[in-house]
Amino acid sequence: MRNISAIVERELRAYFNSPIAYVVLTIFIFLSGLFFRSILAQVMQMALMSQMQAQQFGPRPIDMPGIISRGFLSTMSVILLFVMPMLTMGLFSEEKKRGTIELLLTSPLTDLQVVLGKFFAAGAFYLILLLSTWIPMGVLYLYGSPASGPILTAYLGLLLYGLAILAVGLFISTLTENQIIAAILSFGAIMVLWLVDVVAQNSESATSKGVLTYLSILSHLDDFMKGVLASSNVIFYLSLMLVALFLTYRSIDSLRWRG
Amino acid sequence: MISVEKLTKRYPAKTAIEGMSFQVERGEILGFLGPNGAGKTTTMRIITGFMPATDGKVSVDGFDVFENPLDVRRRIGYLPESPPLYLEMTVSSYLRFVAKIKGVLKQKLDIEVKRVMERVNIADVQDRIISKLSKGYKQRVGLAQALLNDPPVLILDEPTIGLDPKQIHEVRELIKDLAGNHTVVLSTHILPEVEQTCHRVIIIDHGKIVAVDTPKNLRSQLQGAERISIEVQGPFSEVVSKLKAMPGVVDVQKVGDLDGRHKLQIESELQKDLRSDLARTIVQNGWGLYELQSATMSLEDIFLKLTTAEEAEKQGT
Repeated sequence: MRNISAIVERELRAYFNSPIAYVVLTIFIFLSGLFFRSILAQVMQMALMSQMQAQQFGPRPIDMPGIISRGFLSTMSVILLFVMPMLTMGLFSEEKKRGTIELLLTSPLTDLQVVLGKFFAAGAFYLILLLSTWIPMGVLYLYGSPASGPILTAYLGLLLYGLAILAVGLFISTLTENQIIAAILSFGAIMVLWLVDVVAQNSESATSKGVLTYLSILSHLDDFMKGVLASSNVIFYLSLMLVALFLTYRSIDSLRWRG
Repeated sequence: MISVEKLTKRYPAKTAIEGMSFQVERGEILGFLGPNGAGKTTTMRIITGFMPATDGKVSVDGFDVFENPLDVRRRIGYLPESPPLYLEMTVSSYLRFVAKIKGVLKQKLDIEVKRVMERVNIADVQDRIISKLSKGYKQRVGLAQALLNDPPVLILDEPTIGLDPKQIHEVRELIKDLAGNHTVVLSTHILPEVEQTCHRVIIIDHGKIVAVDTPKNLRSQLQGAERISIEVQGPFSEVVSKLKAMPGVVDVQKVGDLDGRHKLQIESELQKDLRSDLARTIVQNGWGLYELQSATMSLEDIFLKLTTAEEAEKQGT
């Protein structure tokens, strides 16, 4: 455990010693603020309309904070897709390029400890990103009283979703010595997992539609956003994460064989 | 301390090491000598557990590298060919990190880091960012990293590469200092380094051991012939033919001309000192003798002879 924490600590320092942490945080916070504002404006307009309708057809309550938080957190899941490859791109590729992988793989650490250390470091930084969304979310709590249940499940969903994507990115960073290539490949892989949803919509046969929808990384978030905690969604993200981590582990092993 | 048996490493395209066996005793400094691509780095990487072998057995301090990799790695300090440095870290934070993953206890961390920094003389740059250091300092930080947690075995892949002559001297002294308590395996292609630091030399070429011995024995064993260089003034062809006719002379070769004097190299039969005979012949013929020197073969010559002999043998079969 102490070995893993040494690696986590080093990776987190590396994020903050390089511009990556600051660039990612700045862009992410700026974009999330921008989206929050536009969603807020849309919902305000909607509320105004429904108020006018209420005068004609009688009052119909709408859950404004709920609609805003759901819209905002769903948008976050898309922005995160673009940000996360930056967190994982260098984790193994840089070690390979500089030869420091030789230090890690000849030190008294197991390969699993190395992989987990890197993964936890990326996960910890991802948590910081998620926490930063509480700047706009705090506004909701300041001026309204949103139902906490759906927000909690939405965050749990985002957490699982993020960890699965980070694991995929971690695996891809073992495949190359070039950070940029790792980032582009991770981005491509994530896009594929995302776009199978679109393909599924146009699919004619019911089975292929079902399979493709199941594989889509975003479709599993919907339930979480609605406040529904379904075990099938949890299992989907956890298994994607575990498969990617296992592939990372195997990839490190084959790195040894190839030298 | 280290035992390597019939080690073989094959890649899909080529064989890097073929049936290599050797032992390293406790407290010994063993030198790996060989041209680039001979298999030095591969052998070291297998001993350190960085990569598995295709075949063969390696054990360190009784632990098998394949079966107990962690026990082996705990006993080895390894400096790879290019020092494995995280360039954005400071020297001390880098060493603290390495100490942690090597299992140095928390309360001993500061003392241990300080100890190795003093050992390789880098305490003055401990707060500098590694990327800003000179090549010599980087190499020494790499060496410091290998010394952390005081491992009984040190594997050093080209430890003096990129250092200036003064630093090279310091590192060699350090390595000699470490021997006794530590078992050291170092690789190099700089021959004087082997002569100055190692107790025993393994010359490898094309993944096979060509020779194993002390630097001193290697030299005397492999001297097929003594060499004497002379500088003489006289009619060239006559000098050569008369010298060649002398008993015990194997060959006479011209090295150069200088102001009408000829520099010649004479190869004599083994264990025959021809120096006084040569001087007599030259004086009796009335030529001028300007210089007479016995030239022992350097390790460099032996090395070339061995590795090229191997090559010729290969082409022959």
